[in-house]
Amino acid sequence: MWTWFYKLASPPYVFGVAAAFMPWLFGAAALAMGYGLIAGLGFAPPDYQQGDAFRIIYVHVPAAIMSVTVYTIMAAASAVALIWRIKVGHAVAAASAPIGASLTLLALVTGSLWGKPMWGTYWAWDPRLTSELILLFLYVGVMSLRSAFEDPARGDRAAGLLAVVGVVNVPIVHFSVVWWNSLHQGSTIVTLEGPKMPGNMLWPLLSMWLGFMLFYGAVLCIRVQGEVLNRERQSTWVREAIKS
Amino acid sequence: MSEFWSMGGYARYVWPCFGFTAVVLAWNLWAARRVLNAARVRAARALAMAASEAR
Repeated sequence: MWTWFYKLASPPYVFGVAAAFMPWLFGAAALAMGYGLIAGLGFAPPDYQQGDAFRIIYVHVPAAIMSVTVYTIMAAASAVALIWRIKVGHAVAAASAPIGASLTLLALVTGSLWGKPMWGTYWAWDPRLTSELILLFLYVGVMSLRSAFEDPARGDRAAGLLAVVGVVNVPIVHFSVVWWNSLHQGSTIVTLEGPKMPGNMLWPLLSMWLGFMLFYGAVLCIRVQGEVLNRERQSTWVREAIKS
Repeated sequence: MSEFWSMGGYARYVWPCFGFTAVVLAWNLWAARRVLNAARVRAARALAMAASEAR
């Protein structure tokens, strides 16, 4: 187990693992999302209060959960890179940032489209919405800072530091509906009493969530290969890989 | 079938959400492939430069 963990610090090993895992992750993501979409749009009953508008949950909630999950992974990878000087950590963080930013934007847009028929407005300066918007700005800040330096190593360090500091926003996003009065509803899936949804609504949602996670993994595998190649292009193993 | 597409009167909110999701997922795939291809080209160029300098 630990040997495998140590191997993850090796760029050629990560490059090979990413290339091998990528097609399997895409296949599994397609299956999970396919089931989630068919069951969520075609077979789940309408909500007793929100009618068919509730079906937005099948894209909004997975995107919102992944927006904070990807940020946490990006911050953890940055911390590993900053503390132990493991370059692969910066590659994972750099690869995660645009994926996380796009999923945060998706959560904001789908939330806004859900808000109009339910709350009567596309946007409110509500704690959950505002902290999610700050999350998007953090992603943009991390990406901008990385590309602002001529020396890529300095860009990696500055972006990594911002990612680690910005992780303080993650619990704020999660607990904003508990700490403050919010238009946004509380947690539906993870509660002490168990999920608040019946199975025929819940399973498609869990499947879409799994599909989004697998899709993130698959896209991360492609981007990490690119990041590793960019950082290691003077290395012997890259030269040999390109030659072959 | 038309009942399905009308989404109980919420079609103009529900379908744009799913459409935008498709756009975001497709963009992620396209952009990631572009990053990897650009990195491959850059690495091949670095290899070619190193080979020409060695000559």
